[in-house]
Amino acid sequence: MSSSEHIVSPVVYVGVFLALIVLTGLTVFASTVDLGLWNTPVALLIAVTKAVLVVLFFMHVKYSSRLVSLAVGAAMLWLLLLIAGVIADYVSRGWVGSPGT
Amino acid sequence: MTTQIGPGPGGPPRPPLPPALSEPPAPRVNYLNVAYGVKSWLLTTDHKRIALLYLASVTLMFFLGGAFAVLIRLELVTPAGDLVQSETYNKLFTMHGIIMVFFFLIPSIPAVLGNFLIPIMIGARDLAFPRLNLASWYIYMFGAAFTIYALVSGGVDTGWTFYAPYSTTYSNTHVIAAGLGIFINGFSSILTGLNFIVTIHRMRAPGLTWFRLPLFVWAHYATSLIFVLGTPVIAITLLTVVLERALHLGIYDPRLGGDPILFQHLFWFYSHPAVYIMILPAMGVISELVTCFSRKRIFGYPVVAMSSLAIAVIGFLVWGHHMFVSGQSTYAGLIFSFLSFLVAIPSAIKVFNWTATLYKGSVSWDTPMLYAIGFVGLFTIGGLTGLFLASLGLDVHVTDTYFVVAHFHYIMVGGAIMGYLGGIHFWWPKITGRLYPEMWARVAAVIIFAGFNLTFFPQFILGYLGMPRRYHAYPEEFQVLNVMSSAGASILGLGYLLPMIYLVWSMRYGPKASANPWQAKGLEWQTASPPITENFERQPVVTEEAYAYAVEGEAHIV
Amino acid sequence: MSSVADTAHGAERHHPDLVHHFESLPAQKEAATFGMWVFIAQEVMFFGGLFAAYTIYRHLYFHAFVQSSRHLNLPLGAINTAVLICSSLTMAMGVHASAIGRRRPTVAWLLLTVALGGVFLGIKTVEYKDKFDHHLVPGESFQAEELHLEGSAARPAQIFYALYFAMTGLHAAHMVIGIPIILFIAWMAHRGRFSPEYHTPVELTGLYWHFVDIIWIFLFPLLYLIGRHH
Repeated sequence: MSSSEHIVSPVVYVGVFLALIVLTGLTVFASTVDLGLWNTPVALLIAVTKAVLVVLFFMHVKYSSRLVSLAVGAAMLWLLLLIAGVIADYVSRGWVGSPGT
Repeated sequence: MTTQIGPGPGGPPRPPLPPALSEPPAPRVNYLNVAYGVKSWLLTTDHKRIALLYLASVTLMFFLGGAFAVLIRLELVTPAGDLVQSETYNKLFTMHGIIMVFFFLIPSIPAVLGNFLIPIMIGARDLAFPRLNLASWYIYMFGAAFTIYALVSGGVDTGWTFYAPYSTTYSNTHVIAAGLGIFINGFSSILTGLNFIVTIHRMRAPGLTWFRLPLFVWAHYATSLIFVLGTPVIAITLLTVVLERALHLGIYDPRLGGDPILFQHLFWFYSHPAVYIMILPAMGVISELVTCFSRKRIFGYPVVAMSSLAIAVIGFLVWGHHMFVSGQSTYAGLIFSFLSFLVAIPSAIKVFNWTATLYKGSVSWDTPMLYAIGFVGLFTIGGLTGLFLASLGLDVHVTDTYFVVAHFHYIMVGGAIMGYLGGIHFWWPKITGRLYPEMWARVAAVIIFAGFNLTFFPQFILGYLGMPRRYHAYPEEFQVLNVMSSAGASILGLGYLLPMIYLVWSMRYGPKASANPWQAKGLEWQTASPPITENFERQPVVTEEAYAYAVEGEAHIV
Repeated sequence: MSSVADTAHGAERHHPDLVHHFESLPAQKEAATFGMWVFIAQEVMFFGGLFAAYTIYRHLYFHAFVQSSRHLNLPLGAINTAVLICSSLTMAMGVHASAIGRRRPTVAWLLLTVALGGVFLGIKTVEYKDKFDHHLVPGESFQAEELHLEGSAARPAQIFYALYFAMTGLHAAHMVIGIPIILFIAWMAHRGRFSPEYHTPVELTGLYWHFVDIIWIFLFPLLYLIGRHH
């Protein structure tokens, strides 16, 4: 639990901003290169990196309580559960049982 | 008529003390009489007053949803579809489901009892965000208004489940209005859950550690997790239905390659955890009732507390058991079936622990305890039949039959509503400062129990024999069981009317209640009945475990 | 027996922004911040439903998604991404200014954030209009010729565009709601309402705005960058 407010220096903000811009350029560039099956994971990885930077620094989670980190973690986990749970049905059709299922 | 509240026969002998020696006089000013007038109610931020606003609203919605049930059961007295046309019948069960699920069962215990009690039980002056709390009620009313608009302008006939592509393309009823009504109402739930989570984390009194919390609070915490993580998914799902109908942004249209099963995944991802929203708070109530009316600590406190969390979490992993015959992959069906068996375990743990609490307890049979014991029995039946439905092979036979209808009514009516009524009666003296007439309350509880079983037990048999749900006409051979069910429904309806009468009567004519008429443990009983607006004169400090009732045999130790 | 008025406040010094049911300003701020995060968690699940639908249909109809994505305006999308990232920087600077009690910079940074948000929405309007003009709005007028898709492969393109409009539309709606809120907060700052001890509304608004930025951080590659190398 954070008892006093941690004031983040504007230098950090500008640094994060520049990183975000660079990563944006990187993701555009990576999309023009044929990486086969890796295009999608690379794009997602870059997006996740950008999001993590925003969460940690712009949204101050790096300087916040464990409770806040717990809330962030729970949200991520539940989102993954929703997407993974639904796609699992479609991916596993035909693995077992009657045709079409 | 004077009636006795407090431990009845079976409890330890308690000589009545003159009021002057037993507890200080109640303060003249309490949260009810501190201010008068419509504005003082409609603009209140006092969690206790907001709870009463919700009490009025959900009671109205309960009787509205019940009216549809009456029409349904009337139609089903005869095999022919002769009371209403099939299109009308479709609207009847749809409106019954929507109103009962979204506007009664989901808000009932959390918004009425949770709002009233949680701050008091943790020694706080109010919830974390009182104005947000009031906003939640207004959002509920706004959502209800949309839904009632859909009702009076012709109704909806998709079932409360809104399956695509019927809801998105083919239905000619007010899907958009009803969908928006539920969408808006969802935010009422989400904000209530948010309020509870922050309050419970951040506003507990000194000395009140997590494992000293009443189990009612644990149950509402777990419920609030579902409110926050699950409700937004149905919000977006209904929004996609509305967008498809209104703007042709079609993602479920098979003609475009859309998949109706995707709708079902998104719908049930929320709607399965929603049933745990409907039962967990009632389980929290039961833990309070069973301990008080056995004069005993709960058996296995930490396990019961953790089981609430386990139900909330595992409850998010089982939604596909509503889709076994939908065309979802068999492999997914296997996983969902297995996980559904798993989620029964924490529920069963609660039932074992409540039963073990009774053992060697000093049990008394006041009205709240009647509801609590009724809950345990009926919830057990409902839960066991859920296991039948979780078995893939059995489900193929009984899915979409009255077996399913009976299963969920055992849990939602035999379980949740009895828990709600038990809680209303238990905390009635605290909320209103009045005692209700015990004899009439016991009569009503017994009538409700009898009427309930007569209504819904035949439906298990009907479903097993093959009668499908949502049909307004059925083969002759099912008539006897249907007539039994409808007869039971009329008894059940009478049973529900009785508390309406005597509870309202008691607000004016009931004897005044002391601070702790049940001699129960818990911070809410340490303050006046009704409480002052700030809940406590002084900040309470907690030094003992929850349910610190005297252990049997301790009286003999000097 | 103490009277109703003599409650647990005791002799504490009363900050005018401390509400009666919290013990101290830090406690109040912790609760408000945690509450905002709980709200953001539910927003994640709200958008999550659309991301789930997107995942399914991209899996089922990858080719249609590739062709449909190519018709989106990549330069405008990239510029918009940069615009939103800038607005997150200006928002963070505004929160910082309020935390150190600098009234005029707070207002300036917040207004700059609004301006950048307006630029984003303006570019989005241009893109939407372009889709209308090219008959790429789902419904009866939808034509898939420009996407180089024929027959049955063309129909799922409508699903891509339905998701495009739903997801970017929902995102835009969140900005449309956020902009007046930031303006209101800026006005409050202008009136001297905030201080280093109390600037929670600015922080919470910042959290909301950054969240909206994060949504776009995912929307951009998922909608604009599918199979651009083909």
